[in-house]
Amino acid sequence: MKAAHGIEAESLVRTFKGDITAVDGIDLRVEPGEIYGFLGPNGAGKSTTVHMLTTLLPPTSGSARVAGFDIVQEGPKVRSAIGAALQEAALDNLLTGREHLRLQCALHGISRAERRARTQELLERVGLTLAADRKVGGYSGGMKRRLDLALALVHRPTILFLDEPTTGLDPQSRSALWAEVARLARDDGVTVFLTTQYLEEADALADRVGIIDHGKIVAEGTPEQLKAQIGRSTVEAVPADGTSPEAIARILEQFGEQTGASPKGVAVRLEHGVEDLAGIVRALDAEGIKLQQLELHAPSLDDVFLAKTGRSLEGAAEEEEAEAEAEAKSQ
Amino acid sequence: MSTLAQVGQIARRSVLRTARQPANIIFPFVFPTALLAVSSAGLSPATKIPGFPTDSYLAFFVAFPFIQGALFATMNAGTDLARDIQTGFLNRLALTPLRGVALIAGQLAGIAAMGFVQSLYYLAVALIIGVRLETGVTGAVVLIVLATAIAIAFGALGAFFALRTGSGEAVQGLFPLLFVGLFLSSMNLPRNLIETDWFRIVATFNPISYLIEGLRSLIIAGWDWQALALAFGFAAAIAIASLAAATWALSLRLTRT
Repeated sequence: MKAAHGIEAESLVRTFKGDITAVDGIDLRVEPGEIYGFLGPNGAGKSTTVHMLTTLLPPTSGSARVAGFDIVQEGPKVRSAIGAALQEAALDNLLTGREHLRLQCALHGISRAERRARTQELLERVGLTLAADRKVGGYSGGMKRRLDLALALVHRPTILFLDEPTTGLDPQSRSALWAEVARLARDDGVTVFLTTQYLEEADALADRVGIIDHGKIVAEGTPEQLKAQIGRSTVEAVPADGTSPEAIARILEQFGEQTGASPKGVAVRLEHGVEDLAGIVRALDAEGIKLQQLELHAPSLDDVFLAKTGRSLEGAAEEEEAEAEAEAKSQ
Repeated sequence: MSTLAQVGQIARRSVLRTARQPANIIFPFVFPTALLAVSSAGLSPATKIPGFPTDSYLAFFVAFPFIQGALFATMNAGTDLARDIQTGFLNRLALTPLRGVALIAGQLAGIAAMGFVQSLYYLAVALIIGVRLETGVTGAVVLIVLATAIAIAFGALGAFFALRTGSGEAVQGLFPLLFVGLFLSSMNLPRNLIETDWFRIVATFNPISYLIEGLRSLIIAGWDWQALALAFGFAAAIAIASLAAATWALSLRLTRT
């Protein structure tokens, strides 16, 4: 069953010592039962936003309501309505999975009788029944993340915050977590606020995506809407041996502008989209150019990020990390 | 959930954590016992000094392990809390209805349990090697209570350092400092028999001297109410000051609304 309220934020700002503005006037509206993907590179302000919305960090200015409660004035009510798996899978390596769940149940005031059943139910749901009585120190990264998710669910929250839940996970663990998050939203009506730096994660899971860069939301909408804003596909041609990339570039540039996104060949954002493809093939054939590969790419969220910020998401992450490193050195 | 029940949950976790780290168990039991053996053998001629309060240096020195055990409690309480801060576990707890006071009290309850078990062990060792308490069975009970109170006091100090610094390394750095404090007390000799002026003055102003003397009085002197009042008083003062400081540090650390 869907909750009555989701998440609303207005002009949310958070600054830190040294005049660092981590979050710079964010406006958000997440509908009940929606999966909202908050996409951005490291250091963009995703985790700071989550810390504010989960009441762990007071905002410098602005306001937000989560599950209908004010995050500053009604912190305890917000916390009782939400579950959160924060960026670091914060677990105690010396406790077992079952002990973690029992402690979490107890601290949330779940009765002793219900604790055992709820613990077992969650262990089964996240597939940790067999490992339940092993110390968490011996868990894999995927198991830790699944336990982290189970811990966030013990008190049946209506809103779930997941801060980069799949960072560092292998593809199999990532898919399993995606499936569970999708199930929570679909079957239990849980509102999910998911931060990620993975485009495919936002694309696969989120009903709507907000793209954050330097503390500001630079684009928002469904993945399809965002891609439609960019609207144009890219064609990538990789030359066969003996063919010069310059010759390919000369032809492809007749159909659009180069993006520099192909490390082995030439990539061009097409002026008329997929309609240009037949013309490209004919032009290349007429010049006798041999290709190893010709591929048409639909617009991606990275294209959206590039269009909105002038940088690719990957490049932005490296840039943000370099800035953070320089900042740390200067302190 | 009541605050008391929350304290119980955190204390249970604290005890489990300690029990599952062999180093946290072995060092507090082995080191003080070894130092007791070495020092009491090497310093036994001190009993020949005129005015020395007993003819058994072992009985005189047996208060030492209780204090050293309590110092280990400082480190264990502190490093556990610091680890919770570093791993983000504190944030996990902050998202539950756990009250701040229950977090600190629970951690200290775990330390008290550990301090209690350690004290029983030191007392058993003392009795096995032939030390007899002048205050009898009642004195043994008071000894255990005082030693546990001292463990709580030092545990609170460790909790404060952990919450203020958020660093296990910083807490571990505190341990040698306290250990020096222990050596600059009346650990080896009664204060009135320390001939070096500066040492005697430092030992006189060192609260650890009064903690040791309180414990020692139960073993070698009988019911010395002044020594006991000073020992319990200093333990309470350290505990209260450290708890107040730890609560303040927690309020800075936990910025939840």
